[in-house]
Order: sequence, then C-alpha cells, then structure tokens
Amino acid sequence: MKEKYLADLKDIKDIMDRSSRFISLSGRSGIAAGIIALVGAYLAYTIVFANQDYMNYHSSVLTGGSLSQLLLIAVGTLVLAVGTGIYFTTQKTKKQKQKIWDHQTKRLLLNLLIPLATGGILCCMLLLKGYVGLVAPLTLIFYGLALVNASKYTLKEVRSLGLLEILLGLLSVQFIGYGLIFWAFGFGMLHIVYGTVMEFKYKP
Amino acid sequence: MKELLKNLDKAFENKIRLGIMSALVVNDFLDFNTLKDLLDVTDGNLASHLKSLEKKKYIYYEKEFLNRKPNTKYFATESGTEAFKKHINAIEQLLGK
Repeated sequence: MKEKYLADLKDIKDIMDRSSRFISLSGRSGIAAGIIALVGAYLAYTIVFANQDYMNYHSSVLTGGSLSQLLLIAVGTLVLAVGTGIYFTTQKTKKQKQKIWDHQTKRLLLNLLIPLATGGILCCMLLLKGYVGLVAPLTLIFYGLALVNASKYTLKEVRSLGLLEILLGLLSVQFIGYGLIFWAFGFGMLHIVYGTVMEFKYKP
Repeated sequence: MKELLKNLDKAFENKIRLGIMSALVVNDFLDFNTLKDLLDVTDGNLASHLKSLEKKKYIYYEKEFLNRKPNTKYFATESGTEAFKKHINAIEQLLGK
C-alpha cells in the first residue's frame, strides 16, 4: 500500500510540474547563447579598445561611428542568441512531445519580458543621453531580474542564474571600466556553465 | 493507522481525479483539452471524473466561446484546494514523513 501512495505523490509532483512549468528549456540553447555572447563581447572589445597604445590601457574614447558599430554588434548578438535559443528549445519540445506555444510558454515569456523590456528601454534612453558606461551593468541587472521573475514558470535553477546575473551587474557598476568583461562573464561564461549543467541534469 | 486512513479523501482515490486536482491547484485554470493532453485520457473518461469532482464542489467551470468554438475552463474551488492539501498531508503522514 505504501508503494501506491509513493507513486501517487510522484504523479502529483510530475503533473504539477508539467502543467505549471515550462520544462523544455534546452541546456544547449544556454551554451549556444553563451558562445555567441563571448564572440560579441570580443568583437566589441576590439572596437572599444581599437588604436590604443599600450600605455593608455583601458582608457577609451567612443566616437559616434564606433558607437553605432557597437550597437550593431549588440543587436546582432541578441538576435543570434535568441534565435538559437528558440531553435534548440523547439527541438526539445518536439522530442518531449510538448507544445511550444501554449499558455505556459506565453506566461513564461510575458514574465520574462516585463523586466527585460523595461531594462532595454531604459538602456536605450541612457545611451541617447550618453551614459554608455552604465549600459553593460544595467543589461546584466535587468536580465537577472527577468530570470528571477520568470523562474516561477520554468526550471527552478533559472532563479539562481538570475541572482548571479544581478550580483555581477551590481559589481560591475562599482568597477565601471570593466563593464565589458563583466558582461562577457555574465552573458557568456555563466550561460555556458549553466547550459552544461542543465544538459547533464535533465538528460532525457 | 485507522485514524490516518480516515483523513484520506475518497474523491482522490482515483488516479485521474487526483491528477485533475494536482493540475488545478497549481494553475489559475486549465481548459478541457489541456487537461486531456496532460493526463492522457479520453474525452468521456475525463468528463465523468470532472463531473464527480464538480458534484463534490471541489472544482467549478466557466464556459466561453473561442473563435465560435465552445471552450470550458476548469478552476479549483477553495474547499477543493483545502481537501487536496488535507489528502496530501494524510498521505505524507501515512508514509511517516
């Protein structure tokens, strides 16, 4: 009889998870997004610190031209990262025979997008006013907040990833000259580590 | 032991009814087809279990039209959620947790 109740509890937990959380988030999409972010950060690095001599290390002046190049890299990185994320996650939902576009995904995306869009708009406003240095820390902070907010509707590990991103963002405000390095660590390394862990933990 | 068994809810002895309730307590609402996919049961089977939970006032439904097709949303009632929690507690006590 005990076995029956143990099985019941397991069923209950399984149904609760499947009905309320989007569990097909692919670890591979995290790894891919991380690699893309690292490439993007490297490209940005070559622009920000172009033509500098060795003695003036880490003092850089952004011209209008290099700023628009940076924006182009940023947008390109974002589109590629989101694109591969959608691709890998769709693959995984197909494998698990789940629907990609149901009310769970909608709820997940909505809760992710509220802080994320707020941060995005804020960063654009700051960029227009010339506060370039704050953009890297703020993208980390708002991305972290978005992850924490969305973690209720997907794998619970997303919450700790979010908290780490927030922490990195705050640190990066303190060391504002190293924004790009913090950014590469937060969006690049953390995604790769997180994606790898998820890939092994939730192996089908 | 007898005391403990008394706390178990007969309504949740059936796996499908237990499944319906598990899903409804963690969601604001679910529609008929989502429940059907989730629990992997036939229309008739699901409908009869939903009806019996409804009779106990553990769940209620709202009918609406989506693109002219009828769509039924199911919600857990407060007493249903309460009964479900009690049932889980009883199981956990039985298992000595």
